[in-house]
Amino acid sequence: MNPITANNITVAYHRKPVLQSVSFEAPEGKLIGIIGPNGAGKSTLLKSILGLVPKASGDVNIYGKTYRKQRQIVGYVPQRGSVDWDFPTSALDVVLMGRYRQIGLFRRPKKNDVKEAMSCLEKVGMEQYANRQISQLSGGQQQRVFLARALAQNAHIYFMDEPFIGVDAATEKAIVQLLSELREQGKTVIVVHHDLQTVKDYFDWVMLLNVRKIAFGPTNETFTSDLLQKTYGGKLTFLDQKEEEGVPFA
Amino acid sequence: MLNLLMDPNTQWVLFGTTLLGITSGVLGSFALLRRQSLIGDAMSHAALPGICIAFLITGEKMMGALLLGAGISAYIGTYCIQAIVRHTRLKMDTAIGLILSVFFGVGIVLMTFINRLPSGNQSGLDEFIFGQAAAMVSGDVRVIAIVAVILLVITLLLFKELKLLIFDREFAQGLGLPTTVLNGLLMTMIVTAVVIGLQAVGVVLMAAMLIAPPITARYWTNRLDHMVIISGLVGALSGGLGTFISAPITGMPTGPLIVVSACTLFLISLVIAPERGLFVKAWRLYQLRKRTAQEQILQSLYERTEEQYEKTETIDAFSREALEALRPLSDFRFKKAVANLQKSGDVEAYKNGYSLTLSGCERAHRVTLNNRLMQMYAMHELQFASLPMEHYNWDFLSIPEDDRNSLDHLLKEHQLQPKLLHRLPETERINR
Repeated sequence: MNPITANNITVAYHRKPVLQSVSFEAPEGKLIGIIGPNGAGKSTLLKSILGLVPKASGDVNIYGKTYRKQRQIVGYVPQRGSVDWDFPTSALDVVLMGRYRQIGLFRRPKKNDVKEAMSCLEKVGMEQYANRQISQLSGGQQQRVFLARALAQNAHIYFMDEPFIGVDAATEKAIVQLLSELREQGKTVIVVHHDLQTVKDYFDWVMLLNVRKIAFGPTNETFTSDLLQKTYGGKLTFLDQKEEEGVPFA
Repeated sequence: MLNLLMDPNTQWVLFGTTLLGITSGVLGSFALLRRQSLIGDAMSHAALPGICIAFLITGEKMMGALLLGAGISAYIGTYCIQAIVRHTRLKMDTAIGLILSVFFGVGIVLMTFINRLPSGNQSGLDEFIFGQAAAMVSGDVRVIAIVAVILLVITLLLFKELKLLIFDREFAQGLGLPTTVLNGLLMTMIVTAVVIGLQAVGVVLMAAMLIAPPITARYWTNRLDHMVIISGLVGALSGGLGTFISAPITGMPTGPLIVVSACTLFLISLVIAPERGLFVKAWRLYQLRKRTAQEQILQSLYERTEEQYEKTETIDAFSREALEALRPLSDFRFKKAVANLQKSGDVEAYKNGYSLTLSGCERAHRVTLNNRLMQMYAMHELQFASLPMEHYNWDFLSIPEDDRNSLDHLLKEHQLQPKLLHRLPETERINR
């Protein structure tokens, strides 16, 4: 069964359509990139799948059931800029938030929750920053804390919103490494991405999105200059350069 | 003074103001972190018409009814603010200003009307404007105590959920927390904390009780649980202090004194708090400038000497102008830094200028080497991105050997290795 089946998702803010009739079936155990120009609705697609923005139409199934029933197997990494990093809390504390559902209402985190959170921090190479106040972390380190928090959710499907934006090279490396580890464990990861240069290296499957779904499929079939032109329009200098260099695209 | 403290009535009042200091401190922390402190101000002003209407309905000053009226009208005010922001083009600040002044205006009109009524003359509703703690009777304090305990217990039970709600609401929603319910609950709790403080502090100044304790607490800690506790304590202390000072003086409004106490605690924290306090910040900046000036002079001397030695195999003293051509410093800073360097035995002064001593040369070598390694690191940042430089405190002399070797290699490529140290001991010191 497919980890994600989306049917006819439409989202509109104040009548302006942000997503129009997007349907897709994501395969299991793949790293899937969602790319498209600014305002193409990439983040909105993630949020509508997670029920964070109201849908004007459509429904989403996670392994054949509604998202509400499957919440516990879905992990989410929001955009780094979506929270106040001056909040008085430590890196470890943020990662622990990923386990609040397992911990349960009214209860406090136990020793093994802390141990689990520490091991998630280790996986992103941040164990020595566990007790650091989050405002004292660099942008890349903050992003890794967010990833560790998602790992602590121990999910089967991960949604990540622009995890590579504004991070240093070390963090980029760490994220790529983590993504391939998740794939080896058979998990499905959907990543909103903006850097076309790295798409072919990072993702097995890719969705080209510009309000409508332009294409969705294995990267080598989908990430073609033809389809990219359709997604971005004619003004994609990246494409021109590549063609001048004579590098074939797909 | 002591007599006054023995008086059971004063004890009740003190107990009451301390309690509401705690609750407003605790809930104010959440309001502050949600950037909703000003909504607290609107809430307290919006409570005034409710108080008046409750009085008009009951015809007497029944604390329970007045608080209920205050709560309902504060809640309506808050709801209006959120509705305005959601459904119009107006921004939050405009909505707050609008609701605050309109509700307060209506409240004042109603209050004037009540004071003209034959029964309302002695109503004592005026005390809600600036607060009059002395007017609290034991019954009022009992109401405050029960409400305070309920608020604190809810906060304790839902602490981690409230924390997540404020820090990252979308993630909380993704986890399946009932964010709408939690949000409404938190709003209600803040309204309640405001309302129970109105009698003692007054509608005009109640917002300060939501703001001053948490910003004071924020200076002392980086953890939310500690912040909430400290904020509660600061609130309690200001409530107690304000009451204690105002009690012996007849007609002295308690609210302003409580707020002045809270703000004094804030000002003290602003200056002396560790890490974030102004004093520590100024001291750190002073130390940094002092060290930087010394290191700049050392590096300039090192580079001049290096250059000179390359050409003539002699070592000179260098004038201030020659050093400042490399790294200009203000007169004051230069003199001070040179004096410090002379004291530590790193630099000697001659009549034609300054020169490094042997130990100074070693220190200057380290400074220069570190700065040039930094230069290499910056030029090839991608290659060295995995180096946790923050962990090494940006000291390139303490990084692992492998990385150090490749940086050294780059230095050689750019012909930037500092050469002076290895040659100096053999050199006769002449020309100075």
